[in-house]
Amino acid sequence: MSIDEKIVKKIATLSRITISENEITKLSSELNSIIKWVEQLNEIDTTDVVPMTSNVNNTLHLRKDVISDGNIVDDILSNAPMTEDGFFLVPKVIE
Amino acid sequence: MSEIITTNEVRHLVQGGIDSWEIIIGLEIHAQVVSNSKLFSGSSTSFGSNPMSQVSLVDAAMPGMLPVINEECVRQAVKTGLGLQAKINNTSVFDRKNYFYPDLPQGYQISQFKYPIVGEGEVAVDFKDKESIVVNIERLHLEQDAGKSIHDLSQDYSYIDLNRSGVALMEIVTKPDLRSAEEAKAFVTKLRTILRYLGTCDGNMEQGSLRADVNVSVRKPGDALGIRCEIKNVNSIRFIGQAIDYEAGRQIDILEEGGIINQETRLFDSATGKTRAMRSKEEAHDYRYFPDPDLLPLYLSDDFIKQVAIELPELPDQKKARFINDYGLTSYDASILVADRVSSEFFEGVAKGRDIKLVVNWITGELFASLNRLSLDIANSPITIESLGQLIDLISDKTLSGRLAKDVFEIMLDTKEMPKKIVEEKGLSQITDMASIEVVVDKVILENPDKVAELLEKPKLIGWFVGQIMKETAGKANPANVNKILRDKLKLG
Amino acid sequence: MIDIKNLNLKQIRDGLQNKSFKAIELTETYLNEIDKAKALNAFITVTPDKAISMAKESDNRISKNESRNLEGIPLSIKDLYCTKNVRTTAGSKILKNFIPTYESTITNNLWSDGCVMLGKLNNDEFAMGSSNETSYFGPSINPWKRKNDDMPLVPGGSSGGSAVAVSGSLSAATTATDTGGSIRQPASFTGTVGMKATYGRCSRWGVVAFASSLDQAGPITKTVVDSAIMLKSMAGYDVKDSTSIDLSVPDYETNINKNIKGKRIGIPGEYKIKGLDADIEKNWEDGISWLKSEGAEIIDISLPHTKYALPAYYIIAPAEASSNLARYDGVRYGERVHRKDLDEMYSDSRSDGFGEEVRRRILMGTYVLSAGYYDAYYLKAQKTRKLISNDFDNAFNTVDAIMTPTTPTTAFNIGKKFDDPVTMYLNDMLTVPVNMAGLPAISIPSGLDKDGLPMGLQLIGKRFGEDDLFSIGSVIEDCRGTFPNPAQWWIEK
Repeated sequence: MSIDEKIVKKIATLSRITISENEITKLSSELNSIIKWVEQLNEIDTTDVVPMTSNVNNTLHLRKDVISDGNIVDDILSNAPMTEDGFFLVPKVIE
Repeated sequence: MSEIITTNEVRHLVQGGIDSWEIIIGLEIHAQVVSNSKLFSGSSTSFGSNPMSQVSLVDAAMPGMLPVINEECVRQAVKTGLGLQAKINNTSVFDRKNYFYPDLPQGYQISQFKYPIVGEGEVAVDFKDKESIVVNIERLHLEQDAGKSIHDLSQDYSYIDLNRSGVALMEIVTKPDLRSAEEAKAFVTKLRTILRYLGTCDGNMEQGSLRADVNVSVRKPGDALGIRCEIKNVNSIRFIGQAIDYEAGRQIDILEEGGIINQETRLFDSATGKTRAMRSKEEAHDYRYFPDPDLLPLYLSDDFIKQVAIELPELPDQKKARFINDYGLTSYDASILVADRVSSEFFEGVAKGRDIKLVVNWITGELFASLNRLSLDIANSPITIESLGQLIDLISDKTLSGRLAKDVFEIMLDTKEMPKKIVEEKGLSQITDMASIEVVVDKVILENPDKVAELLEKPKLIGWFVGQIMKETAGKANPANVNKILRDKLKLG
Repeated sequence: MIDIKNLNLKQIRDGLQNKSFKAIELTETYLNEIDKAKALNAFITVTPDKAISMAKESDNRISKNESRNLEGIPLSIKDLYCTKNVRTTAGSKILKNFIPTYESTITNNLWSDGCVMLGKLNNDEFAMGSSNETSYFGPSINPWKRKNDDMPLVPGGSSGGSAVAVSGSLSAATTATDTGGSIRQPASFTGTVGMKATYGRCSRWGVVAFASSLDQAGPITKTVVDSAIMLKSMAGYDVKDSTSIDLSVPDYETNINKNIKGKRIGIPGEYKIKGLDADIEKNWEDGISWLKSEGAEIIDISLPHTKYALPAYYIIAPAEASSNLARYDGVRYGERVHRKDLDEMYSDSRSDGFGEEVRRRILMGTYVLSAGYYDAYYLKAQKTRKLISNDFDNAFNTVDAIMTPTTPTTAFNIGKKFDDPVTMYLNDMLTVPVNMAGLPAISIPSGLDKDGLPMGLQLIGKRFGEDDLFSIGSVIEDCRGTFPNPAQWWIEK
């Protein structure tokens, strides 16, 4: 499979990364060289192999249902670029 | 995916301008899990606090923060699954659903995609005057709620509050088994009843604890499934009905004019009763689900599941069957009483050792009507199990006539006092002794000779005499006794 | 003046306890050296005030005989660890003004043991890089230079600053993180000891995530004993990290056993890759004969899927990163490029805030997870990962540890142009398989090449087999003999 410029644009939109028109060609060729290289994985037969998602072979540790956090409004807001009355502000969203 | 459903017979058709159409509806219900703290953090889930006060570093997705799952949310999901007679999966996996939105701090929602905690189940839905239907549940999974965006505080900015961010939701997905707005409404009502019985979701739609995404398509009977539209986030049972009716009509109009339906996400506007396409492009989404590497698979032992099953309360269907069986209720009365757990408990409390018919009539009649009129929940009813019980006792021992009992009931609603006390204080008890009644009867006969004469021609006038006597006794005379004495005195048969 | 150049952490610990010098003197000496070493660009932030107040507290405790395990030892922290009220950048422009209100579990452990913080260390942006050149704050420079060549060399990455600070004697020890070799490769390039713990051994809570299923912390130190001392303090179960393992941490330092008679050391043929420097191959053979002479049994083993680890890694790591870095959206923290449109705000903030390599990996990760490509890339990579892990499991049936070179080459020139990203990625060829399997591994300085640059040998252990690595590593250290310090060319005369 190859990553054409249309795909580059699509994944840039999905990732919320602005790319300029003159970057697209370069990116498309770089990503293609990476993709071509990773496609050597197709040499391996992985039929019936169970995919490995974690290095930990445990079940999830379950937390008790107690309120142990929150009420740290200042901490939550202290690094925000724009706030008002305890809210984060973002450019207006139109649904 | 289109498949031809041949096994399902056509239950409901709507008439378009040209053809008859079948509506196919599937629901995705988002039910907020009842828990003290959030799904993956220790902050509170309570409703209506100051902005950002129920937010932890994890909920705000600060760098390096990690999720740790809440045991209670897992238990609640399993409990709900068992209540939906569904398969509980011993292994489930949490995935990340990736998309950007300001009220989604992580840039992904932790959800369950391939391996949900609960698999297929079913819900039986009853109707007053037609056959019950079974709605199949596709799955139930746990996921995080998003925060809240407020768009109308400013012209230029949306305001984001993360108090709800990370609260546990159960997404309950039905198969496309519903065929009308009525069925969909009845299903959601029934599901809400089950969730409330289980105590796993409070079902408060106005607070957003229960919301539905409604998938609607239409087809001619026997055809393959049509293209569907998803109406997002409908937050009342009435609106679900309106949204379906509007959307089905819209689709039928398009199809009958030779158009095609765009598969899209729509919003329901409760002010106009219409749906409209969302402006943000849903089709641009590609959620890139993958297993959340910050979490491990969730393994539930059979013992854990068994333990939850043991703790399961009696569910509405079981209770209904028991009410019919043990109390001899009609199916309809039983379903009314079990529709709300508190009502059913109220009924059983009052019914103990009393005339069942009387109890049912008073609860489903007078009590429910009054609560409805006062916009009160049975949980906040001024009439208690004890007070209604006492009232019914007073009727049964003939201290009160039905008529008097209604007066006493009204006073009880106002004052929350016990009926015995009201009867004593106001001297409301029924006059049953024949001698006292006879005195009044004689007086009325004596004062109305013309009516007595008339009565011979028109026997129905007896009612007028009864009325006069009741008036004289301020309604306290026992009507049966009045009737008997009147008939004796006037020599009526 | 304390001769910190010739002191390791253990000697410093003992010196403080013997009261040979005070923590404050030591701290001031280090701060002074840091000040003179600006040319190395090892630090993003120096915290002299904090260091001095912590050192005073340590002196106070030492004088009262209330010393904690690592009382008064001056350390520096990779800028990927969140430190309370101290700017934490992850080497990125997008976090250039981010000040956490929380302390990572690992640094908290270190401070609780009495360590003193000197500052925050340079690294590749979000730990994505093998040369420290992707840092927004400019590259950190390797203290080592080739004989008769003044060209500045990379220290390796991503924990470049961590390796430079130890190699240049600017800190007694440092913390680092390793996703695909980010501790071991820079340790190898700078003549230091770099230990990556077993996945789950150290908490990831409060450490900026790159690829969650691969990220693991560890120390960089001058000696193996120092590494054991540091890891003991850093490691441990953390309920806030669902992937951390509830297993007690052994006393690595006292467990070091230099009698390795009968230990079985595996030598994987697949690590003799094309492009392996002749000097490094020779050094590997030296390592084998050292261990043989100490009575270890050398066993040739096969790890057949080794060559596929790197391509699989460059699918999995970017995939996880693309999702982990979605939270940097300019809403709650981080730099925002102000725009009227929400999506423009997102996209411009992220393009401006992330450097080229980070952007490339986010795009790559987004691609391999997107609809239609998931199975071909991401799923394939996860299956490959299983095969790689199986290889190690099989090998550890017959050996106690595996020895390989850490890197195929020694340090290269800053600004060396690679034809394409893939050539740069090949640096991680020998270190990545360990991350894929979650195993512990240590890089030990094992000699100098013909140009006088450090080389390192990597020991790979069984899951939670850190003890073995420290023991065998100490033996390598002894056999190798004293390792020189680099000439202090960076000190302005």
